[in-house]
Amino acid sequence: MKIHEYQAKELFAMYDIPIPKGKMIHNPEDAMEAAREIGGGVWAVKAQIHAGGRGKGGGVKLARSLTEVSDHAKSILGMNLVTAQTGHEGQFVRKVYIEGGVDIAKEFYLGMVLDRASELPVMMVSTEGGMEIEKVAEETPGKIIKVYIDPLYGLQAFQIMEMGFKIGLHKNQLKEFYFFAKKLYELYIDLDASIVEINPLVLTNDDKFLALDAKIAFDDNALYRHDDIVGMRDFSEEEPAEMEAGKYGLNYVKLDGNVGCMVNGAGLAMSTMDIIKHEGGNPANFLDVGGGASASTVAKGFEIILKDQNVKAIFVNIFGGIVRCDRIANGILEAIKLTKVTVPIIVRLDGTNSEEASEILRNANIENIIPAKDLADGAKLAVKAAEGK
Amino acid sequence: MSIFVNKDSKVIIQGFTGKEGTFHAQQCIEYGTNVVGGITPGKGGQNHLDKDVYNTVKEAVEQTGADVSLIFVPPAYGADAIMEAAAAGIKIIVCITEGIPVKDIMIAKKFVIKNGSILIGPNCPGIITPEETKIGIMPGFIFKKGSIGLISKSGTLTYEAANQIVKAGLGISTAIGIGGDPIIGTSFIDALEQFEKDDETKAVVMIGEIGGDLEIQAAKYIKEHFSKPVVAFIAGQTAPKGKRMGHAGAIIAGSKGTASEKMDALKAAGVSVADSPAVIGETIKNIMDKL
Repeated sequence: MKIHEYQAKELFAMYDIPIPKGKMIHNPEDAMEAAREIGGGVWAVKAQIHAGGRGKGGGVKLARSLTEVSDHAKSILGMNLVTAQTGHEGQFVRKVYIEGGVDIAKEFYLGMVLDRASELPVMMVSTEGGMEIEKVAEETPGKIIKVYIDPLYGLQAFQIMEMGFKIGLHKNQLKEFYFFAKKLYELYIDLDASIVEINPLVLTNDDKFLALDAKIAFDDNALYRHDDIVGMRDFSEEEPAEMEAGKYGLNYVKLDGNVGCMVNGAGLAMSTMDIIKHEGGNPANFLDVGGGASASTVAKGFEIILKDQNVKAIFVNIFGGIVRCDRIANGILEAIKLTKVTVPIIVRLDGTNSEEASEILRNANIENIIPAKDLADGAKLAVKAAEGK
Repeated sequence: MSIFVNKDSKVIIQGFTGKEGTFHAQQCIEYGTNVVGGITPGKGGQNHLDKDVYNTVKEAVEQTGADVSLIFVPPAYGADAIMEAAAAGIKIIVCITEGIPVKDIMIAKKFVIKNGSILIGPNCPGIITPEETKIGIMPGFIFKKGSIGLISKSGTLTYEAANQIVKAGLGISTAIGIGGDPIIGTSFIDALEQFEKDDETKAVVMIGEIGGDLEIQAAKYIKEHFSKPVVAFIAGQTAPKGKRMGHAGAIIAGSKGTASEKMDALKAAGVSVADSPAVIGETIKNIMDKL
């Protein structure tokens, strides 16, 4: 689960991680008042969306007067912000964060994430603050200093010192950095974060560190023990069909193609997308209806897939194990009755009682149901059907 | 022979009397798995599916001599159940539970290793040595005995691969679902090491997916240490970056963990990589025919 920058900064404040003064607003009319409250003579007006790359997309602007703050708030609120991470559709801006200007001596990057190779949290620091960290990792990996932290022992002082020396900090700065890093680690562990990023982390002229930006995402599996964080979820930032699917325990990811996919199991669902591509088509979605696949989940699956206007055919690929194929076939028929599906449905059922299942589908005599004999056949038929052949 | 489990494995079920535990324990018993009891805290002394119920794993091990545990507890208690099994001396801990927090499993895995046990999963379909023992949720009848070792991160895709292998006229020595979470107990390498030592296994099919680098590590291991032919398929060739594809671990982070990166590494290690999930059976058949 992702949260906004302003929410991440609220959490930082709770952990005594220094942040500049700021205020989130919904209405441009509140911009001047917010800036006045913050004080100073320079402000940043920042679009609050879940995607990164806001600055380049025109979603972060500097203001040198209250009128400018108000103008920027007006132009950013309600804009459709397109960044490298939003896709070409962009993301509608509903909130902006107004932040006091900061006197910047140096910019760094500081982040934490799970390192899957060592299976430990890793803290990363770099002198290349404000840059896209992915790019730094690719082009100059030596500029990212990493320390791996065993959660049984926690982040140790020597590890923080190692990072601090390598990024060229002086004595007073090291002490500040020590507390900063220590608190960041605490937050990461306490809140079951999956990623925390501060880019840039700012060193001021009086040797203080400030989190100028803040990004936090959380381990979805741990949300059950963090009600306060669940409360921060902003549904307007999420793909409506993906959210709807989630409510019913289905896993849906929207893609750009025209062949809808309904599959049981995540691995098989990914493979189904792959084979559609392999046969020259383009998958419209990833959809895992769960290992079991009942009539009601299948019906819901059809409903969600058909919300996407691009879908020209649906490939149902179910491997029936303990749940028998004949039951699933009946479920599909029931689901088609419940959700009026007019596009061709290519059905591939394999596993327990698959022959009985084909029989059921054939006998149902529904024009737009096309049984497939195996995985490759099903994918071919689905791609053809989507092309109108 | 087989790897990790066989007909002599004595299995207990953690989360025995719950809905999932009951259903799958029943299925395992019908398959012929030697289920010697189960655990549900607070229900010790009762009888369930004709087996004794214990309050703790320790008690169950003392009474039954169990060496394998199959876990169905809810995610919030998953890591605790794993550690309880390890502390009680269970050798092979198979955790089916999906949704255990990363922080919990990170610590539980360390605990398991310290106690000298082996964890399979979590978020996996389990392990099956056909015609001997089924310790998991897979449909047993698909798996016929034979000489192909099967390692997979996924559930239904494992069944798909097993089905193709069997339809190609081959069989399976042991099929192990290692799970789709970011941190799992048994990696591809751990399973490959076992298959290398297993005389019955003549070749291995491994099914990977996007996310993490276990397949890349496996490629390196195969190149340097593995003597038997390997066929691989990597799911998620068309998956977009930054989106979780069902499994908690199936996510391309930045440009890392893509299917093509893994396929290239495996090809470079001499592995026969199937481009399409429909040709897994055919690919392994062609290799076996030449042996």
